[in-house]
Amino acid sequence: MTSRIPRTIAIILAGSAMAVAGLTMQTLTRNRFVAPDTAGTLDAATLGLVLGAMYVPSAPIYLRMVIAVVFALAGTGLFLLLLQRLQFRDIVVVPLMGLMLGAVFNAASVFLAYREGLLQTLVTWISGDFSGTLRGRYELLYVVAALTILTYWFAERFTIAGIGRDFAVNLGLDHGRTVLIGMGLVASSSAVVVVVVGEIPLLGLVVPNIVTLALGDRLRRVLPVAAVAGAILLLLADIGSRTVRHPYEVPVGVVLGVVGGFAFLAIVLRSRGRVG
Amino acid sequence: MIEVRSLVKRYGDTTVLDCPDLTLDGAGVTALVGANGAGKSTLLTIAGRLLEPTSGTVLVDGHDVTTAPSRELAARVAILRQENNLAVRLTVRELVEFGRFPYSQGRLTDDDHRLVDRALDTLELHEFAARRLDELSGGQRQRAFIAAVVAQDTDHVLLDEPLNNLDLRHAAQSMAMIRRLADEFGKTVVVVLHDINVAAHHADRIVAMRSGRVVADGEPSTVIDEPTMREVFGLDVEVTEHHGRPVVLHFLAS
Amino acid sequence: MSVDTEPIRGEPIRGGTFRPRRSIVVTAVIGVAFLIAVACFMTYDLRGSLSYALELRARKVAAMTLVGVGLSVATVLFHTVSGNRILTPALMGFDALYILLQTVAAYLFGTFAFLRIEVRVRFLGELAVMMLFALFLNHIFLRRTRGDVVLLMLAGVVMSGMFRAIGNLVARLIDPNEFVALQDRLFASFSSVDEQLLGASAVCVAVALVVVWRMRYQLDAVALGHDHASSLGVDVDRVTRVSMALVAVLVAVPTALVGAITFLGLLASNGVYLATRTFRHRSTVPAAALAGATILIAAQFVIEEFFAFNTRASMVLAFFGGIAFIALLLKEQRR
Repeated sequence: MTSRIPRTIAIILAGSAMAVAGLTMQTLTRNRFVAPDTAGTLDAATLGLVLGAMYVPSAPIYLRMVIAVVFALAGTGLFLLLLQRLQFRDIVVVPLMGLMLGAVFNAASVFLAYREGLLQTLVTWISGDFSGTLRGRYELLYVVAALTILTYWFAERFTIAGIGRDFAVNLGLDHGRTVLIGMGLVASSSAVVVVVVGEIPLLGLVVPNIVTLALGDRLRRVLPVAAVAGAILLLLADIGSRTVRHPYEVPVGVVLGVVGGFAFLAIVLRSRGRVG
Repeated sequence: MIEVRSLVKRYGDTTVLDCPDLTLDGAGVTALVGANGAGKSTLLTIAGRLLEPTSGTVLVDGHDVTTAPSRELAARVAILRQENNLAVRLTVRELVEFGRFPYSQGRLTDDDHRLVDRALDTLELHEFAARRLDELSGGQRQRAFIAAVVAQDTDHVLLDEPLNNLDLRHAAQSMAMIRRLADEFGKTVVVVLHDINVAAHHADRIVAMRSGRVVADGEPSTVIDEPTMREVFGLDVEVTEHHGRPVVLHFLAS
Repeated sequence: MSVDTEPIRGEPIRGGTFRPRRSIVVTAVIGVAFLIAVACFMTYDLRGSLSYALELRARKVAAMTLVGVGLSVATVLFHTVSGNRILTPALMGFDALYILLQTVAAYLFGTFAFLRIEVRVRFLGELAVMMLFALFLNHIFLRRTRGDVVLLMLAGVVMSGMFRAIGNLVARLIDPNEFVALQDRLFASFSSVDEQLLGASAVCVAVALVVVWRMRYQLDAVALGHDHASSLGVDVDRVTRVSMALVAVLVAVPTALVGAITFLGLLASNGVYLATRTFRHRSTVPAAALAGATILIAAQFVIEEFFAFNTRASMVLAFFGGIAFIALLLKEQRR
């Protein structure tokens, strides 16, 4: 029981954070395929973790969290910078570029981990997993809760920014700053999730797509729904991860990677069908 | 009142706009006309503070658009361009409500709701209010964006080629609506138009531009004559008259 | 290379009658670079028994040449058939599948038992699975998505993600000590290539290359797009099918032989497109083949001599290849 309560809280916070992160990124970049997984954010955070483990191995977890957040912010910033240089923001070129950026960060992580003999440890970090959720660690996720609430506070502005730069400036909004604030908030929260539970793939991509398809793009309305849906989906995935190979656990990241992969493909096929 | 003060915009060595002095004042529709690349949209977007000038500035009611707080300007001047996210899944009402953002910052008062309703009425969008933008036709979507500008309720309204992608019927409706903004609501409307005849018929004043400079400025009947049209468009045209307004027979040019 | 040989922009086939001259020069330059790379690799800092060291290095060079040629030509073919210059077979999930295959086999049989399996059996097994995957890709995606590169790419990315997720799961189940042994199989390695396998692989790749060469003019037509090529009387579907089978061979054989090397084909092919400014396969195929081998040998040389084996060519290529890919995207967009 003592491990169940923290675990449940951790799942709810992480699931909602990833969904909100994906939703916010999709709105601000005006691209439905952008999420922490496809903007280089998660891979940058992981690179931060690897470097932290190499150079300050005895550092307390909150310091490692800070390092991962800094890397996630830098990685996402680089993504935005590259995005600005893309003239025609084709719907798939943008996530493709983000994925490649992530691949570069990942290559650096693997390179370092290989040299240090940390490769298997790296694999463990990467796959999102709640089996090790215990007191003293999951509390960091309260930071995530704070960041998610702050994101909600800006919801209206993010929606306006997502309509277009001209529209936003016309309404007196500093578009560039709004995008930076939004991307910064959600990059930070997904980095904290990476530190505490690992990478949770595809949740940030799939949940917002389904929720906005049904309820529209006004963040003030859909953001809470996305948060709840993300939490529920992650809880379900967690139950699945515990029952597939009972009494062993399959990391929840794997369950999501496979199930979410199919769901994502289905969504893409659908959107293609409608556009083309 | 919109005052242009020694405004220059350059890209590298190319000067795309050089407008020493221009004042737009009072209720009415002013049309900016000219060939592609004449600098009319550049002038409009600088006045709407979407683009930074190289030097000089534009004053809106005495507020310098390059330095005044953007939020303050948002209550005085509204600009609409074509480059918005058209696939955004907002209802028409939600979009129009965002027009009140400069005043409400997201919390709409009764007054705000009244203005939103008025804007929907003006654009005849009430029946579409609950529809999502991604489900509307191009013309309806265009009207929704104009309604957001109307809801913003600024004294100055800048529209960049609002007739683009509209068919004849919707273009005519939009122009009639733009006239109403000036006549009923007393707004200063500045509109970039491609079609000189639409400008001749609907505008109170025409500012004709070529190569970044204003070459003619005045009422349609004084601006539109054969020599000026040749200078502005580089085209020999015939000008005739219809109900006291000039008509340019540009399609007869050889 | 004078200005008057510049192709006109928008011309359907880049490079008119003057083109071959430039591409021949480029191919010759790459050829010389290849020879230099081989010479460096063979002779630099030789120690101990000369004949033994030379034989060892010659085998490595042969393996690297095979891999470089196979992956680069496969990428050129894939570009032509899919009608874009960004996708690579590796991005379609081949690399991730290879890693998954290794990890799953190691888990099922036990790492040490797995590594002791007769190399030829292992090679054939891996080859079979990779070929099946290529055929599956061809069947499901090239047919169903018909020219929709975007969908193809997303499908590949998602499949890579799924393979990787499962691979990660299995990796956690493996005993840490065993994992260290497995780890060496996950990254391309040239140090212990079986001589007989090398021979068999060379035959496979050579046969595939012959077929590619004979199709070179049809491939030129296919590069114009489905409709153009059809109106020119080319059986596009057949060329596509054959090309995908060739891609499968040219990717599966090198990967089963040494391991996964992402981005090598992408770097070589796009470098060649830039340098030769032509899309004629009689020029791009040989040039890309040489370029791929050269890049790999040069990278391996630098790593062996200056990084003291503490890293792998595939990792370095993944890092720089990713950066090159992003640069390419930005450049393509600016057109």
